[in-house]
This record gives sequence, C-alpha cells and structure tokens, in this order.
Amino acid sequence: MPFTKQHRRLVATATAVVLGASALAACGSSDDSDTQDASGPANLTYWTWTPNMDKVVDLWNKGPGKKQQIKVTVKKQASGDTLVTKILTAHKAKKAPDLVQAEYQALPTLVSNDALADISGDAGDLKGKFADGIWQQATLGTDALYAIPQDSGPMMFYYRADLFKKYGLEVPGTWDEFAETARALKKKAPDKDLTTFSANDSGLFAGLAQQAGAKWWTASGDKWKVGIDDAATKKVADFWGGLVKEGAVDNQPMYTPAWNKALNTGKQIAWVSAVWAPGTLTTAAPDTKGKWAMAPLPQWDASSNATGSWGGSSTAVTTDSKHRAAAAKFAAWLNTDKAALTALAKESGIYPAATDAQLSGAFQEPPAYFSNQADFYPQAQKIAKTTAPAAWGPNVNVAYATFKDAFAAAAKNKSDFGDALTKMQDATVADMKKQGFEVAE
Amino acid sequence: MSSSVAVRKAAPAAGTTPGTAQAPPLRRRIALAPTAVLLLGALYCLLPVAWVVIASTKSGSELFSSFTFLPGSGFTDNLKDLSAYRDGVYWKWMANSALYAGVGALLSTAVSALSGYALAVYRFRGRESIFNVLMAGVLMPPVILAVPQYLLLAKADLTDSYLSVLLPLVLSPYGIYLARIYAAAAVPPDVVEAGRMDGAGEWRIFTRVALPMMVPGLVTVFLFQFVAVWNNFLLPYIMLSDDEKFPITLGLFTLLEQGANTPALYTLVITGAFLAIVPLIALFLVIQRFWSLDLLSGAVKS
Repeated sequence: MPFTKQHRRLVATATAVVLGASALAACGSSDDSDTQDASGPANLTYWTWTPNMDKVVDLWNKGPGKKQQIKVTVKKQASGDTLVTKILTAHKAKKAPDLVQAEYQALPTLVSNDALADISGDAGDLKGKFADGIWQQATLGTDALYAIPQDSGPMMFYYRADLFKKYGLEVPGTWDEFAETARALKKKAPDKDLTTFSANDSGLFAGLAQQAGAKWWTASGDKWKVGIDDAATKKVADFWGGLVKEGAVDNQPMYTPAWNKALNTGKQIAWVSAVWAPGTLTTAAPDTKGKWAMAPLPQWDASSNATGSWGGSSTAVTTDSKHRAAAAKFAAWLNTDKAALTALAKESGIYPAATDAQLSGAFQEPPAYFSNQADFYPQAQKIAKTTAPAAWGPNVNVAYATFKDAFAAAAKNKSDFGDALTKMQDATVADMKKQGFEVAE
Repeated sequence: MSSSVAVRKAAPAAGTTPGTAQAPPLRRRIALAPTAVLLLGALYCLLPVAWVVIASTKSGSELFSSFTFLPGSGFTDNLKDLSAYRDGVYWKWMANSALYAGVGALLSTAVSALSGYALAVYRFRGRESIFNVLMAGVLMPPVILAVPQYLLLAKADLTDSYLSVLLPLVLSPYGIYLARIYAAAAVPPDVVEAGRMDGAGEWRIFTRVALPMMVPGLVTVFLFQFVAVWNNFLLPYIMLSDDEKFPITLGLFTLLEQGANTPALYTLVITGAFLAIVPLIALFLVIQRFWSLDLLSGAVKS
C-alpha cells in the first residue's frame, strides 16, 4: 500500500471526532404552571418570515416588554405552506413556539389541528381597529379569536397610465368594461395584451372569487360545506375562461422572466394585483417606473363596492405556549400600537391591516415607484375598507394545489374553466373526507 | 474481485487495438452515438450550472432584462449585498453547512467503517439479518424519516440544536453497505488471520491493518455523505427554528420565501447558490486523487 501513512492520519482524525463529540446540554425547562400570570416574567419565541421583524420586536423588548417582563425572541422562517407543516409537526411534539405568523387561509388548518389558542379573553377589544372582512378571517366567524391581523393585501387594478392614454382606453369600473377594454386594446394593438390570466398563484383567484361573494368553506355544526364551485366563483372562472378563449387576454403565467419582460416593455399594460404590487413592479418592470397608476378593482355591478384580498397574514398564539396571556398582549401591541405599526411599515415594508395605521407616517408619501400618484395610500385605505369577508377551510393547500394544476392546464389549452373548477371542488371534498371531516353534500 | 474485473475489462480493449486499423469506419460509427448521447447529457447537466454562474454576475435590473447568457456587471455588488444581508448571516449559514456536512460525514464514515468491517470480516449469528435490515434502510428515503426523528429528538429536548441535525446523520445504511462491500473486497481474510497470528488484538488489526486498506472506499463514503448532507433540506428544516443555525439550503429558502408582499431576493439567492456549489467542486477536485489511487491499487494487486 503506497498510501498508508497519509490515510492513517485522516482516519485518526475521523476517530478523534467520533470520540470527541460530546452531547450538548439540553435547555432548561420553563415554568410548567397552567395558570397564566400576565405580569410574571415570560420568555416567548416567535416564528415569523417578516423581514427585519427582530428590529420591531426590539422596540417591544426595550419598551413595554421590559416593563411587563415579557421578552420576545424572533426566529426567522420561510413563508408559506411549508411553515404550516413545520408548526403542525412541532405541535405534535408539543414544541410549537409561543407565537407564529400565519396567513389568513392557513388559520382554519391550524385551528382544526388544535394548534392555535383562543385569545379573545386576553387580547382586549380590538374588533373596531380592523376592516370587518379582515377581522372575520381572524375569528373564523366565531366568538373566538385565533389571531390578530397583521398585514392585508387589498386587491387593486394597476395599469400603464401613459399607454391607456395612447390607445384611448378608459379605466374599467366594472368587469364588463374590463372585458371591453381588453378587446378594444386587441383591436388597436393586436400584439399587446391588457393582462394575463395566470394560475401560478392561487391567492389571486381566491381573492377575485372573494370579491364576487364566494364562500368556499362554511361550517355548520360538525359539518363542512365546500362551495368552491358556487355561483359566484363560477362567474369569475367563466369570465376569465371566456377572455382567455377568445384571446382577449394572454394565458402565460406571471412571475416568470417572460412576464417581467412583458411588463417592462409594455407588452402587457395592466395587472390585477394587490397593495404590495409596487414592490413587485420595482423588480419586474424597473424601466416603467412612474408610468403606472392604481385604481380600484373593477366591480361585478356598478353599484357594488368590494375588493378581495391577496396575501396578508396574522399573528397567532399557539396552544403549546405556557404564557398565553403574555403572548396575546405582545400580538395585540405588535399589530395595533402606533409605534409598532410604523416600525413594521418602515422596516419590513408591510401594509398594516389596522385601518388607522394605513395613513400613518410611513404612508404619507406614495411608494417611490408610484411617485406620480400622490393619493396612492389614501385611495388604498379607502379600498382596504371594502375588503369582502373570506371563508377559508381546513385544507386550503389542497384546493390551491388543484387550482394550480387544473387552471394552468385549462389556461394553456384554452379549455373550459368550469371543468377545472369542478376538479378543484371534487379534489377538495375528497381530501376533506379522507382527513375525517364530515362534509355536507 | 475488483482486480479481476479490471483485467476482464482491459482484455477486449487490448484485443481491439490492432483491429481498429483494419475497420475504422465501423468503430467510428459505434463511438459516435454514445459520444453524442454523453455530450447531450453533459449539456443537460451543465447548462443550469452555467446559468447560475452567469446570472450571479447580473445586477437586479439586468437579471430579467438582458440576454440570458450574457454576463452582467453586478457580481461584486451582489457579493457585497449578500455579505451585508442581515449582518452577514449568509456566511454563518455557509459555516453551518460546512459543520453539518464535514462533521456529519466524518461521523457517519467512521460508523460505516466500523460496521462495514465487522459485517464483512466476522461471522456471527444474525449477521445476514442485520445486513438485510440495513439493505431495507438503503431503500428507505431519508425524507420520510425526518418527522419521526424530529418527534424522537423532541422527547430528548434536543430539537433546534446542532446535535439535532448531526445525530440522525450518523447512521447511514448506504455508507455501511458500501463499507461492507469494500471491506470484503479489499481486506483479505488472510491478512486478518496473519495479524492475529502475530498477536495483534482485534482493534489493532482494524485500525492498523484493515482501515488503511479500506481508505479509498471510505473516501467514497465520506464524499457521498458530505454531498448528501450539504444538499439536505427537510431534516434541518424540521429540526431547526433558529436561523442562526440554518445550513445554506434552508437559508437560501428563507430568502426566496419572504412572504407575498416582499419580492423574493433573486439576485441574492442566485449569487448565494453559486457560492454554495464552490466548496463542493473544490472538495471533488481535492479528493479526486484518492480515487485514482484506488484504481492503481487494484492494478498492483493483480
């Protein structure tokens, strides 16, 4: 063996590491008492994906938290469905953190797994601080309170003001006018599209259905009713399916390099989106800064005034928390206190769910990308107040996944969106039955 | 065993050499198709890597607007932004990955060496059934074990610690399997017998005689494990909640999933992903020579 010497050293190192690896001491256990002493010292952990949340929490730890001896530690996470899975896994081991950030549509999943505590008795009376449609998503329409709304994504209509002028288009007030606008643009500039129907973010479609008055999940007694194929949603699906079929709007997915390019070069001249769109447009279409404008979402009839929400999340307290009242206190402070909300807006760029914070210091000026629209935030606040209630169920993830598959295929083949909707309904009902929920037919 | 294979492979190759002169067209045609397939495969594997390398040089505004394979001008800025992101947490992730992959691979190689050697050299009751259970473990994807492992470690109060990621990695059925196969081939029973005759204890025979013979195989085990841990996602994802302990895979994931109202930090993620493959490439380049030694040893032995 010509290589013995040097290799023996390698192996020796390996063995040394094996022998040297010593167990780390387990962390000390915290106070086990079930009585929630709000004034006692408490160390809380908080799973959140909001950027710079640690800076906002520092305000609490140095201010009100110090006085009340409630210290919060931020553990930054990735957002989305994967975090729900992680929370549920941790909850199975009774190790979920005290506080978690959760999207509104994830709340029923967490509640039905008994992961979230009812904090209606600990948080104080906060109902009046939020739009009704938002508050209802945090209570799930019950007397309980499972989370405190943090940010919301009221939906709006974004369009290229300069190109609308160039082609002589009016900003659509209703969805009928929206369809007409799309057709008019096709006539004047056949290579351009008003917008695209994209199936890669289910939140968009859910928000549009919410605006139309859809109730996807409703619970009565022990039974769930799934209404994904209800009349309101069908109306939305058929509307977009029709536009795609006749070629009035594009059928390519959004958030792709091609989509960015289409926005940046003016091949697509409008986008149905939410209040956070300026951030997305800044990276997607940097060359068209200052050329866009925002308007309320088109309505289903001229007299109504409603919008859906796309995105948005809340702060919830878990049933594993040993300091439920303290955690609820912090969650209430974070999402209703003026200083906290201003910091959240400035440091983390979130659009607050609390109504009076939507015009606070951070929202005096329009976003840089929309510097041409001085009343961006006052108008956004007006729209946010009209947020329609949403009805989420315990398996939104399944409905969303089926939506992506079925509607992506339907959009690509320009086939019937109604069939895709039926698929979504059937898959959701089947999954609920499999999970052991009672479903009313 | 390995030497006889090498000889058998070499024989036809040697035999065809004179033949090539007589019928070059036939040989050419045969070689062309596999070469083309291999080239296509190489292209398929390397194109995404090339994309990452080039995209990491683009600034945020160039990323989606300039031609895909045209290098951009933002590499140093991307690097600066990445290092500045949350006080350089990226480098912390990199160090964590190195720790998990390095220590984890070393530990599991050591365990694999011991168990593989024992299974290959000693005859004891239950040997085959232990080996069969291990074989079943090879077939079991580690992904489905992550949640049970989490629940177990939660009972021991070890979650969210470095140990929670390292412990489940220590036992690698595939590593043990490889080590056994390699030990059976590389450590002749006669050598072990001779060691015993000379009065060496079993531990001494293992460390002084058998281990050096197994090293090339163990290097393979180490490399396999290192790459597997480096790319591991689900286990650390479930075990860890403190992002100061995240490995690089998890860290980049949090950069991508920033929530609906924050645009994903594409340029940072792409630059981060590019830097994350550099250590793997370096490791392969360094360790390559052990493999060539392996081939040499086979040839010498025969």
